[in-house]
Amino acid sequence: MTRDKTDFWVGLFVLLGAIALIFLALRAGNMSSFSFAPTYQVQAHFDNLGGLKVRAPVKSSGVVVGRVASIGFDNERFQAVVTLDLESRYQFPSDSSVSILTSGLLGEQYIGITPGGEDKMLADGSTVQYTQSAVVLEELISKFLYSSAGSQDQQ
Amino acid sequence: MSTPFELISRLGARVRKSITGLGAFMRLGGAILARSGAALRRARLVSQQVHFIGNHSLLIIAVSGLFVGFVLGLQNYYTLSRYGSEEALGLLVALSLTRELGPVVTALLFAGRAGTSLTAEIGLMKAGEQLAAMEVMAVDPIRRVLVPRFWGGVIAMPVLAAVFSMVGVIGGWVVGVLLIGIDPGAFWSQMQEGVDVINDVLNGFIKSVVFGIAVTLVALHAGWTARATPEGVSRATTRTVVHSSLLVLGLDFVMTALMFGN
Repeated sequence: MTRDKTDFWVGLFVLLGAIALIFLALRAGNMSSFSFAPTYQVQAHFDNLGGLKVRAPVKSSGVVVGRVASIGFDNERFQAVVTLDLESRYQFPSDSSVSILTSGLLGEQYIGITPGGEDKMLADGSTVQYTQSAVVLEELISKFLYSSAGSQDQQ
Repeated sequence: MSTPFELISRLGARVRKSITGLGAFMRLGGAILARSGAALRRARLVSQQVHFIGNHSLLIIAVSGLFVGFVLGLQNYYTLSRYGSEEALGLLVALSLTRELGPVVTALLFAGRAGTSLTAEIGLMKAGEQLAAMEVMAVDPIRRVLVPRFWGGVIAMPVLAAVFSMVGVIGGWVVGVLLIGIDPGAFWSQMQEGVDVINDVLNGFIKSVVFGIAVTLVALHAGWTARATPEGVSRATTRTVVHSSLLVLGLDFVMTALMFGN
């Protein structure tokens, strides 16, 4: 086989590999949901994160408006502190509330934003005041058991 | 009847030999890496090896990937339909392919298809005293023979693994969506929801690069150290398949534990 022909086939081979990787990243993976749009950061404190993970989606009315950038622990307030990367084209009133929700019964946890009514918008580096922690199934069950035991006592 | 003294020294000799063998293997790897600078200047040799190792393995890799995808689709559908979550089929197929099956099965096939031919080629070169003749002509056989084959294998393996995963996902789609009739939107969207580019696709790619290095080195070392007889070459070829398959499976466990451990 001549040199040029070998080079052609090798080039085709490597190109096929690149196409396969791009296919895996875009079609099978979540590369297409990577956005390089400008973002601003907002912080929120929670009593309990549940199973929230970094890069979990931030949704408002079901639309993905950002991602969880980092999760830390505030040693002064003894609360979890979550930093959110919100896309700059989505602005929210400064009294919006942030809650940790679960998609479906057993799905992944994500953050939901419910817009408030204030005229001022959330700025870069600001902190959200109104937050609602994740619902922990064990706590719910123990509350239910406690209250039902209490009602039996009254009878 | 051998004395206990003989038994113990035989055990000691065996341990020493295996350590010596490991040392020789590592030194050959080091020698290949140290002489790689020249290979980059003579890219033609590497590209010939990529063609020989990669292009010729493409068909078996693609066909195997397709059938692994088919089987994954059928088998996982059977389990998932019991829980009424057939839409997760795409996620299951794509995750198992990108994380584990793509790199590992490709590496096993690669050892059988390309590793053996490398070992046999170098072993026969040695048996025909071509390597010795090169040295007489002041051509370094490691630089001229081993280095291009090493880089050819290292470049070809990740490409083959990526093709395997892609064809496998398409195979899963053929069975799940075309034959069984799962909703295509749910099939793809669940897959995109669950497969992370960095965690899954990139880690699978890193795995395939490591397997490429391991299999190619084992194959080259087996050929390089083969005894210069027909029997020696046949034994070296067998050793390539056994050792590189075991090495791939062992490395896969270690890397899975490191990458997806938590």
